Amino acid sequence: MLDSEVPQEGNRTLGGHRKAVYARGADGKVHIVQSAGWEVEEIVTRQAVEDLDRLAEDARQRVISGQVSPLEYHMHKARMDVPMLAQTTGLWQWRIRRHFRPEIFARLSPALLGRYAEVMGLSVEQLKKAD
Amino acid sequence: MDFQHSQASHCESGVMSTMLRHHGLPLSEPMAFGLASALSFAYLPIVKINGLPLVSYRMPPKFIIKGLQKPLGLTMRFETFRDPAAGTRRLDELLGEGHIVGMQTSVFWLPYMPEDLRFHFNAHNVLAYGRDTASGDYRLSDPVFDAPVTCPPEALQKARFAKGALAPKGLLYYTTGKPSEPDWDKVIPQAIKKTTRIMLNAPLPIIGTRGIRRLAGAFERLDANAVAQSKLFIGQVVRMQEEIGTGGGGFRFIYASFLQEAAAKLARSRLDELAENLIDIGDEWREFALIAARMIRDREPLDPAKLAAKLRQIADREQAFFLDLRRAA
Repeated sequence: MLDSEVPQEGNRTLGGHRKAVYARGADGKVHIVQSAGWEVEEIVTRQAVEDLDRLAEDARQRVISGQVSPLEYHMHKARMDVPMLAQTTGLWQWRIRRHFRPEIFARLSPALLGRYAEVMGLSVEQLKKAD
Repeated sequence: MDFQHSQASHCESGVMSTMLRHHGLPLSEPMAFGLASALSFAYLPIVKINGLPLVSYRMPPKFIIKGLQKPLGLTMRFETFRDPAAGTRRLDELLGEGHIVGMQTSVFWLPYMPEDLRFHFNAHNVLAYGRDTASGDYRLSDPVFDAPVTCPPEALQKARFAKGALAPKGLLYYTTGKPSEPDWDKVIPQAIKKTTRIMLNAPLPIIGTRGIRRLAGAFERLDANAVAQSKLFIGQVVRMQEEIGTGGGGFRFIYASFLQEAAAKLARSRLDELAENLIDIGDEWREFALIAARMIRDREPLDPAKLAAKLRQIADREQAFFLDLRRAA
């Protein structure tokens, strides 16, 4: 890649930040150049973010219709999945899936709720609502 | 404290380059990367991130920090903590003694990161070099940012003690001794040979050029009916390649820069020629990413076999390249 070819088309996932990349200068030497972003990166990052957002929105709808507990919504919102939530809380995956059931979630102890809230960076009050 | 931030392409080599310069040994980021033999390729179908396999274009976290010790006669100290509060106290203590301290963090919890890039990636390296007296926020040198940043104590503690794959456990690292100028004629060929061994003779078929072919095989086996899932898989591979802190094509360009520096230090023009060759390979990786992104956005038909063919072509070129590099070293 020549330094004149370093993508400068912008990438909104960078939030205005510029990243440093290495490219070849006219003298043949590779040196560091700032890049405003490459569309390719934007596409793949947005793809991942949109997929996570879709999962969260889908879960939110099911919370509203009373099918699942807010825990599932918050898990997706925190960009986690069940294995990751199990690793971070130290709970079994099947237990977490069980807590996705609204009637069981409603009976969880404050300690357990606190454990979920802690790893997702929420307060217990926030955890109980899907918004 | 007199501290100079500089922006880098990759977090770990950037942290080490900045730390070494702070301790009186100016070492460029590519030289740090190359001397530690950090270039690699690994396709790890067992390690899942959000259900998708991990693909890495470099050696695992901490490899650069540890790998620079021997060639530079450097002693790094590593500390991890069970108790987050103890980890924070120790950080303050070290900063109080005037150290600059490297830390492993999760990007998800770093508030200064752009929202879209805050995934649960637990091996991001940053340097702490002080605290703001008024707010108590930590002053950080995050190598992928163009200027120093600040981070509130609670957020930093969460980032350092995030759990899950590659959990940092509050890892802190710093050096006590002074690094010394190495014998370039000895350390550079050694480092290059090590990289060629990793790329060509790794004992596992998922590492090195064989790993690239293994990944090509995984592309060919994608289910033609599960379009969305296939696209997520392809996107994941490209994301691991090009996103902040990583960069598959990017790592090839960093290594090319290292080879140019090495050519000058050792007065071997053959390494300059090889650097040119590697720049071409880096461009091939970028082309692969471009085709993949076009397929994800339906600008061209989804055709994993085409991507697999491109990967095999890259694998062939890298194999030939590293054989030549071995001879040159």
